[in-house]
Amino acid sequence: MSSELETANTPQGLKRTVIEPLTRVEGHGKVTLLQDKNNTVKQARLHIAEFRGFEKFIQGRPYWELPVLVQRLCGICPVSHHLAAAKATDMIVGATELTPTAEKIRRLMHFGQTLQSHALHFFHLCSPDLLFGFDDEVRHRNIVGVIEDYPEIATQGVMLRKYGQEVIRVTAGKRIHGTGAIPGGVNKSLNKKEIDYLKGDIEQILVWAQGAVDLIKRIFFEQYDYHMSFAAIDSNMLSLIRGDGAFDIYHGGLRAKDSKGNTIFDHIDYRLYSDYIKEGVKNWSYMKFPFITSVGADDGWYRVGPLARVNNCDYFTTPLAEKERVEFAVIGDGLPVQSTLAFHWARLIELLHCAESIAELLDDSDISGKDLLIKGELQSSGTGVIEAPRGTLFHQYDINEDGIIEKANLIVSTTNNNQAMNESIRSVANNYLNGNQLTEALLNQVEVAVRAYDPCLSCATHAMGKMPLQINLVNEQDELVDRLEKSATGQISRTR
Amino acid sequence: MNKQREHAPVLIFTYGNPSRGDDALGPAMYDLLESYKEESSSLDKIDLLTDFQLQIEHAVDLEHRQGILFIDASVSCSSPFTFQKLQAEEDDSYTTHAMSPSSVLSVYRKINQHEPPPAYMLSIRGYEFGLGKDITVQAQQNLQQAFELIKKMVQTDVADWGKQ
Repeated sequence: MSSELETANTPQGLKRTVIEPLTRVEGHGKVTLLQDKNNTVKQARLHIAEFRGFEKFIQGRPYWELPVLVQRLCGICPVSHHLAAAKATDMIVGATELTPTAEKIRRLMHFGQTLQSHALHFFHLCSPDLLFGFDDEVRHRNIVGVIEDYPEIATQGVMLRKYGQEVIRVTAGKRIHGTGAIPGGVNKSLNKKEIDYLKGDIEQILVWAQGAVDLIKRIFFEQYDYHMSFAAIDSNMLSLIRGDGAFDIYHGGLRAKDSKGNTIFDHIDYRLYSDYIKEGVKNWSYMKFPFITSVGADDGWYRVGPLARVNNCDYFTTPLAEKERVEFAVIGDGLPVQSTLAFHWARLIELLHCAESIAELLDDSDISGKDLLIKGELQSSGTGVIEAPRGTLFHQYDINEDGIIEKANLIVSTTNNNQAMNESIRSVANNYLNGNQLTEALLNQVEVAVRAYDPCLSCATHAMGKMPLQINLVNEQDELVDRLEKSATGQISRTR
Repeated sequence: MNKQREHAPVLIFTYGNPSRGDDALGPAMYDLLESYKEESSSLDKIDLLTDFQLQIEHAVDLEHRQGILFIDASVSCSSPFTFQKLQAEEDDSYTTHAMSPSSVLSVYRKINQHEPPPAYMLSIRGYEFGLGKDITVQAQQNLQQAFELIKKMVQTDVADWGKQ
């Protein structure tokens, strides 16, 4: 299933274009395109500089620090790392099953973070493209433009995001660097005041979440053929799944399906993940290319995240999200939905599920329980896997007899989607860029394909002032013939 | 939405990643101010908040304030720090993984339909931002000088901060 555009047969003499950095994705990445003299795309690659050094950063630290320490890996989804590490350390301390209170508090935290992350992505990062079109004036195609033209929607995005952050604050104890999840459980439950505080807004959140799903459906069906075909690729899908096949972002077994919906493996104990998934390397990228071992490197790559999760699950446990899943599945006509832009739709179904699940948990007396912690016999290794907002996240640790981490392995969601994102930009290159002079609007289409995955390339250093977008055109003699730049203020300038 | 939380009239908002070398200047200032709050009453009417980076929801944290001070590390400001008044600006910082304070002020203006409170930016010069690195010695010195400035500022009325 890998595209022939991954590597040009004769790269010498081809025109090279670089889109760097990508905008409205978390962190730093770039796309390189090679075109011949007729502007036919011969090679398209997504390069991401990320995550190297994370494992080294962790080594040598005591295991009990992990749930707090790993939050510093990423400013975008610290709660995902917090919970994945907490699950791994549960195993290390021999806590094979958490108390109901501990598990439900963690789930509440996870629903809060997924809700706020999905709200940010849709309302802030992608709605400008979806509401205004990919060829809208670049100065207008941003969150400020959304607020200007759709003030109600933009405000809802802000408040959904804020609510999710409040759920995290209440469950984790702090806005950031929370210590809520600890090896073997949690360090606090919720009191009545905290529950009432969160309950105060949940009805409004549910209304807005349903409204967001209705909005994306309207947008999707307004240009149905385009949304179905844009950057569409046939891929395998990987996600966690609950024992009975229900959607579950906190815990379950691994399920993989092929592009026709056939099961590759199901309900696999995630501690055995390395028997089923291998991490391939390519000489042109620092980021690894995971694939399903039994299918092989060429055809075994897969997608993770909302699209994979909604396709893979048999049902949602909450009624509104389940109703939306059934409607979503119709467009697949019996097969997994492969439209890359359907990520947005699936993401908002998940947002609705998170809102419903938060409402359910706030009515569950277990979240006020006092039985918070379980401990057993210390183990020498632990693996924690969760469905982070962007997809399946693996944490694995080996410790020595002093409890010090000797080895760590992380496969983050964006790495899981690496090959798929590359295939999506090649699909765009084939269908929209071939034979055309490159323009900002055309190049934005490449970025739109990447943004659909909500990649987290974060380094969280916010070094501002760099060029948000720079395109260099180089002729066959490797001479710069044209340069298009988008400044930090959105101004476009051309240098010949 | 819920308005149960009480707000102090002044907000000091620091941001940065504590594990990214000098990017930790913001959170380090937060720690200094938290300690200072225990020994000095001059921070009694000031809320302290910290986060990895600024995002749209932080516009809500700015509500019901008389003044706001953002504090962050900067790779390009003059050493030891720069202090300036902020304007709400639609500066397209959406193109990075963090919004600028001016852009957050702009979101505030749009969702509240009125001007944000007076806001200021204290940028502390940093030099190294690698994962797992400590704050550099030079940046530590800049941090201390900036801390001294804030201790003086909080003795004054927030309306006079623009005269710094």
